[in-house]
Amino acid sequence: MGSLTPDFRFGNFVGSIVWLVFVVLALVTLLILPIIFFVLFYVPLPEVDGEVLTPYLFFSMMVDPSRTLPVVQFFIHTDLFRAAIFPGFGFAALIAAATIFIERKLLAKMQLRVGPLYAGKVEGIFQLLADGLKLLTKEIIVPSGSDKPIFWLAPIMFVSTAAAVVALIPVADGWVVADVSVGLIAAFAILGFFPLIALLFSWSSNSKYPFIGGLRALHQMIAFEIPFFLSALPVVILSSSLNLTEIARSQNLFMNIFILPINAFVFFISSLAELERIPFDLPEAESEIVAGWLTETTGMLYGLIQLGSYLKLYALAGLFVVLFLGGWSGPQIFPPELIPGAHDSNLPLLQMLALDGLYNPVTVNSIFWFMIKTIIVILLMLIIRGINPRIRIDILLHTGWYKLIVLTFINLFIVLMLIYGGVIGPGGLISIR
Amino acid sequence: MSNIEEKISEAKKLALQITRETEEDRLMTLSVGPQHPGSGHFRFVIKVDGDYIVYVDPDPGYVHRGHEKMCEYRNHFQNIPHLERPVIHDSCNITYSYSLAVEDLVGITVPRRGQFIRALASELSRLSYTLYWLAIYGIFLGHSTMFMWPAGDRELLIDLLERLTGARITNAFSIPGGVRCDIPNNFKEKCLAQVNYFEKRLKEYEDIFFNNPLLRQRTEGVGILTKEDAIKLGVTGSVLRASGVPFDVRKVEPYDVYNEIDFQVQYMKTCDSFARAYVPLLDMRESCHIIRQLIDKMPESGDVREKLQFNIKSSPGETYKRVESGRGALGYHVVSDGSPKPYRVKASVGSFRNLLALPFLLTGSKLGDMPAIYWSLNYWPVEADR
Repeated sequence: MGSLTPDFRFGNFVGSIVWLVFVVLALVTLLILPIIFFVLFYVPLPEVDGEVLTPYLFFSMMVDPSRTLPVVQFFIHTDLFRAAIFPGFGFAALIAAATIFIERKLLAKMQLRVGPLYAGKVEGIFQLLADGLKLLTKEIIVPSGSDKPIFWLAPIMFVSTAAAVVALIPVADGWVVADVSVGLIAAFAILGFFPLIALLFSWSSNSKYPFIGGLRALHQMIAFEIPFFLSALPVVILSSSLNLTEIARSQNLFMNIFILPINAFVFFISSLAELERIPFDLPEAESEIVAGWLTETTGMLYGLIQLGSYLKLYALAGLFVVLFLGGWSGPQIFPPELIPGAHDSNLPLLQMLALDGLYNPVTVNSIFWFMIKTIIVILLMLIIRGINPRIRIDILLHTGWYKLIVLTFINLFIVLMLIYGGVIGPGGLISIR
Repeated sequence: MSNIEEKISEAKKLALQITRETEEDRLMTLSVGPQHPGSGHFRFVIKVDGDYIVYVDPDPGYVHRGHEKMCEYRNHFQNIPHLERPVIHDSCNITYSYSLAVEDLVGITVPRRGQFIRALASELSRLSYTLYWLAIYGIFLGHSTMFMWPAGDRELLIDLLERLTGARITNAFSIPGGVRCDIPNNFKEKCLAQVNYFEKRLKEYEDIFFNNPLLRQRTEGVGILTKEDAIKLGVTGSVLRASGVPFDVRKVEPYDVYNEIDFQVQYMKTCDSFARAYVPLLDMRESCHIIRQLIDKMPESGDVREKLQFNIKSSPGETYKRVESGRGALGYHVVSDGSPKPYRVKASVGSFRNLLALPFLLTGSKLGDMPAIYWSLNYWPVEADR
């Protein structure tokens, strides 16, 4: 497969990158720095290492690398950083963007195509940026007779609800935006909002195809929510906690998927249905109801809903990893120190490079394993799209209400048998705790 | 006072009329096409009661171009390039029957080598059309890989047709008197190699699409068109064969060299949407066999075309010749008054016959079955409108 565009010149490519860096630097010095100074002048500043963090101190830290680390350390433990950047919205949005790109390339390779190629020269890596810019510049058409406040609000509600699910997913021990003691129930409660948003949006857009699509979304999500909850029930029995961090911790010895293979399967299928992905993309069935409940969306409203649904994909893959694949557990492969002996040396640059005080091998290892597992789950979800057709709504409802619910109970009883037979559980042959 | 009371009672009556729910209120009218992604150049109005379709009104005619009238102003050779336009993917078949009809009127026989080449082009064209049809069937059922694979493999056959005729899809290859040109050098080897590869791909289609349990769940037992109904409605082609009638014009009324070719008429007895999708795949296998035999039995040398003068005059009279196209029996009724131009040309196309089954099958089915039934009818809107 061709991976470079025909008119690709490496020199031009490097030149364009240098030009880009120049433009960014010029913008930073001329625009962003003055703005930062103005803002920092009015904002009450925190104390770092016994000094008030003035703008001057901040920039002196940029010059002296060893003084930068405490500032970074201070920032990554603030709530704002967790919610906005890692492991919150920014990180999840990055994963979502990467998922869209990988999905397009992967499907293209499966289908004997090339996929995005031209934007960004190399394998079309900037295709998503181009698409985003295109969506931003497009006109937003609001259908006449629509309920305008709801029509405008629903896409934003969709993204924020998806981000709320992301906030509950722990990527490492202690690295979670909202460590709720009933995290699992909270996740299901927030996921229950999606059909409402779909129905509100489809109803407010005053059109026939979206209305049918919204009703289908409602039917589908209600039919699959019950097996979705029930498949997570044995996990709670095994770990005797509803907190997602506790659930992940309890799988230190072995992953839940070895005891609960059927439930993991049901959870996977149900999450595909929650995500409205093929083979369960009935609410967006193109050949039947145009684009389903998204028919009247234009421009960035569509972009927001797409972003929301891929955030939801990441959140559900993360939930699968936490519930069944042991969360962040995995063999320790990162060394205790990034550069051995850097802690004792006096060179500030070496300390900087070794991320002294910032680098925590256990946390980095946890995040690494969590990401590996999540990416595998996401890829599994993507591959399904390439090999399956859409199913019909009566088969879908039958699958949700009869087959999947029965399957979850089978595995639930197996787990209970094992616990009362003294194989697993407290004091069992294979003790989890 | 009484005036006011009258007004109030009238208003009450009106209000009652407005709020009373009628049987019609349960129904929602949906227009499928021409801008709906699930229709093509075609519209049908459906009324749904919940998830069930209760009323279907097909409304063809969006791409009517008056080919039959256009034929009356051009001579027989000038007619060929515009007659292939209704189905450019199946162009070698749609011009085949017109050429046969004109040859019958003029009273000539095509040289033997020309007959073989014409049949070869017709089979390649049929494969190309069926692949295109199958691709759209795949995407209508939400299977994007099944859209891309046949659309990509179609390139193999288009490549062959381009080497054979000089054009990728609008070939205008079959003309009254034979074919326009002889086969190029090394064509036979190349054709055999590509057809052999293509047969392997058919196996992969079966694996990824036709043996997929989700597809089987969705299409088996859907849109049953029984043998009796199929014959009554007058459907043709793969739709008729899927209903258990082994009817193939190549076998029933062999034209040109088809009586020398050994092939089976593929048919199924399940009569459902799955059978209507599967029979074309079996047909493609048969076509590959036929292509091999044609290449094997083709005379090594000889004329490919009976030389005719440009304004050839036919004897007054009328004739009807039909061939088996990708969509079923495709015939031309040509009436001549002795002048170089035909007096009247009437095309009998498979698409329009199959359209008659659409309201019959859709009424009472579910909305989700609509694409599976509609596109399984092997209907090509442009050909039906002509």
